[in-house]
Amino acid sequence: MNGSEPQTDQRQDKPFGFMVQPRASNRLDVTHGTILYLEDVSVSFDGFKALNGLCLYIDVGELRCLIGPNGAGKTTLMDVITGKTRPDSGSVFFGQTIDLLQMDEPAIAQAGVCRKFQKPSVFDGLTVFENLELAMKTDKGAWATLFHRLGSEQLDRIAEVLQTIGLQEYASRPAGALSHGQKQWLEIGMLLMQEPKVMLVDEPVAGMTHHEIDRTAELLLSLQGKHSIIVVEHDMAFVRSIARKVTVLHEGSVLTEGTMDEVQNDPRVIQVYLGD
Amino acid sequence: MNGHSFTNHKAGSVVIALVAAVTVLVPLCNAVFPDGSALHFSAYTVSLLGKYMTFALLGLTLDLVWGYCGILALGHGAFFALGGYAIGMYLMRQIGNRGVYGDPVLPDFMVFLNWKELPWYWLGFDQFWFASLMVLIVPGSLAFVFGWLAFRSRVTGVYLSIITQALTYALMLAFFRNEMGFGGNNGLTDFKSILGFTIQSEAVRLALLMISGLSLIGAFLLSRWIIKTKLGRVVTAVRDQESRVRFLGYRVEMFKLWLFVFAAMLAGLAGALYVPQVGIINPSEFSPLNSLEIVVWVALGGRGTLYGAIVGAVLVNYGKTVLTGLLPEIWLFTLGAAFVLVTMFLPRGLVGLLVRDGKES
Repeated sequence: MNGSEPQTDQRQDKPFGFMVQPRASNRLDVTHGTILYLEDVSVSFDGFKALNGLCLYIDVGELRCLIGPNGAGKTTLMDVITGKTRPDSGSVFFGQTIDLLQMDEPAIAQAGVCRKFQKPSVFDGLTVFENLELAMKTDKGAWATLFHRLGSEQLDRIAEVLQTIGLQEYASRPAGALSHGQKQWLEIGMLLMQEPKVMLVDEPVAGMTHHEIDRTAELLLSLQGKHSIIVVEHDMAFVRSIARKVTVLHEGSVLTEGTMDEVQNDPRVIQVYLGD
Repeated sequence: MNGHSFTNHKAGSVVIALVAAVTVLVPLCNAVFPDGSALHFSAYTVSLLGKYMTFALLGLTLDLVWGYCGILALGHGAFFALGGYAIGMYLMRQIGNRGVYGDPVLPDFMVFLNWKELPWYWLGFDQFWFASLMVLIVPGSLAFVFGWLAFRSRVTGVYLSIITQALTYALMLAFFRNEMGFGGNNGLTDFKSILGFTIQSEAVRLALLMISGLSLIGAFLLSRWIIKTKLGRVVTAVRDQESRVRFLGYRVEMFKLWLFVFAAMLAGLAGALYVPQVGIINPSEFSPLNSLEIVVWVALGGRGTLYGAIVGAVLVNYGKTVLTGLLPEIWLFTLGAAFVLVTMFLPRGLVGLLVRDGKES
């Protein structure tokens, strides 16, 4: 869990590196309209199956909501997609050609799969502007970073994102001085700075006021189409306000998928949430 | 934030101006006032000041990795000692046939061990430029290999501290061995000249003080610039939330490695300036205690400020000079007590008392 896993998992059927099929290309290929393929993904921690043969497909530009009771595997699923956790089996492809299981966290982030954490994780000591600058898609090598200068295009980009997340007036404030809701927005802004293809948004409205929740819903809705977004959220009213398609996870696999109404009327979902 | 960094910036400038004043005024006074005058600094004082400068530089390099990147390296003295050995080897070769045994090539300890020729790794050290290069390359390479292995495997926190401590301890044991060819437990000493000038002469002492001072100023300004770049912001972000930085697409291990190697090279430079001023380098410089002391300097002065490390290094070493002269037995107790008190009551170190704004970052 703390990142001490081996970089690549050794497959029993292909014990040598040279036998593993080379990746066809590093170019994102979404000609079939699907941006994320998770097939038969299983993860277990000390015998507990956090994910159990999970299959999930995300379309290009889709806004998908993931719901499910605690322990259903929502956060583990995000960990697998972003490279934090290696699955025991299964495959995770970004487009048709990029195998995310062959990549580590920075590589996955640079490829365009970006994540907002459950707990707002902004850099408190840096200003809002600097947080966005740090996240910006650019050469992220050490030497390039040392000699990095902001171009006017990049300044425009930061200004644009500041406007999108409604924090223009706070640009030079330390992120630590922001309210909880503003930190959540800043983190969404940091995702946008990375020009993501896929945004994984873990509990964006936890701890927000009603007003803030409405603004967040507006923000996410305005982003769909441009990015594929997966939102994990417990707040059902919020999910209802943004969701086109909802996936319900239960005990590490997909229980059902459909519109919010279909899902809420599914007897299996009711049983999972309410118990027998 | 801005007010805070401004005051820190100003305090740093004051400290560095003081360093510059010492660097310029001491040689100036000695040039103007004759020997014996109250304003003529003794050889002892000049060397002492020069030594403090090298310690301040060493503290500064630790503050870079610890204060800004959160790498609590407890073996930082190893890089200092390696830089010292590199210049020590040059100084040994400079002795030539003036040694006790009068061998034109072999240093005395090799003659004593009945060695017939110079080991291959001593070749080239008769050239000053080569030795100067090694002062940076040897510590830098060790830091690179060690850091590459440790940071790539994501060894952090107390585990990293322990293995850095083990590293310097292992080096100390190795350098104690006569077979290593570095003079065993006596180390390298009895230096006669540097670049042809008598090493004990006043001019050389003053020059070494000036070079140490200028190195400290240069290193400070360079470090302050680095911290202000985007790389500096990435590095502090790594200190505060390492995994988050990784998910932004940065290879955290490369940033740590970059800073660690940079700091090790500067620490090597500090060691190389230290050795000609004290006239000896031996394996005790590798002792884990020395490395711990550097941590104490930085913690006392105030970490994550750069100038705090300078203040801490000078104050602690001045205290050490005075107390080990007067009451040698209480020095370690005093140091320990100061460390405990500062850690408990002044988490931002002594400079935290002067610079307002309670919140560090």
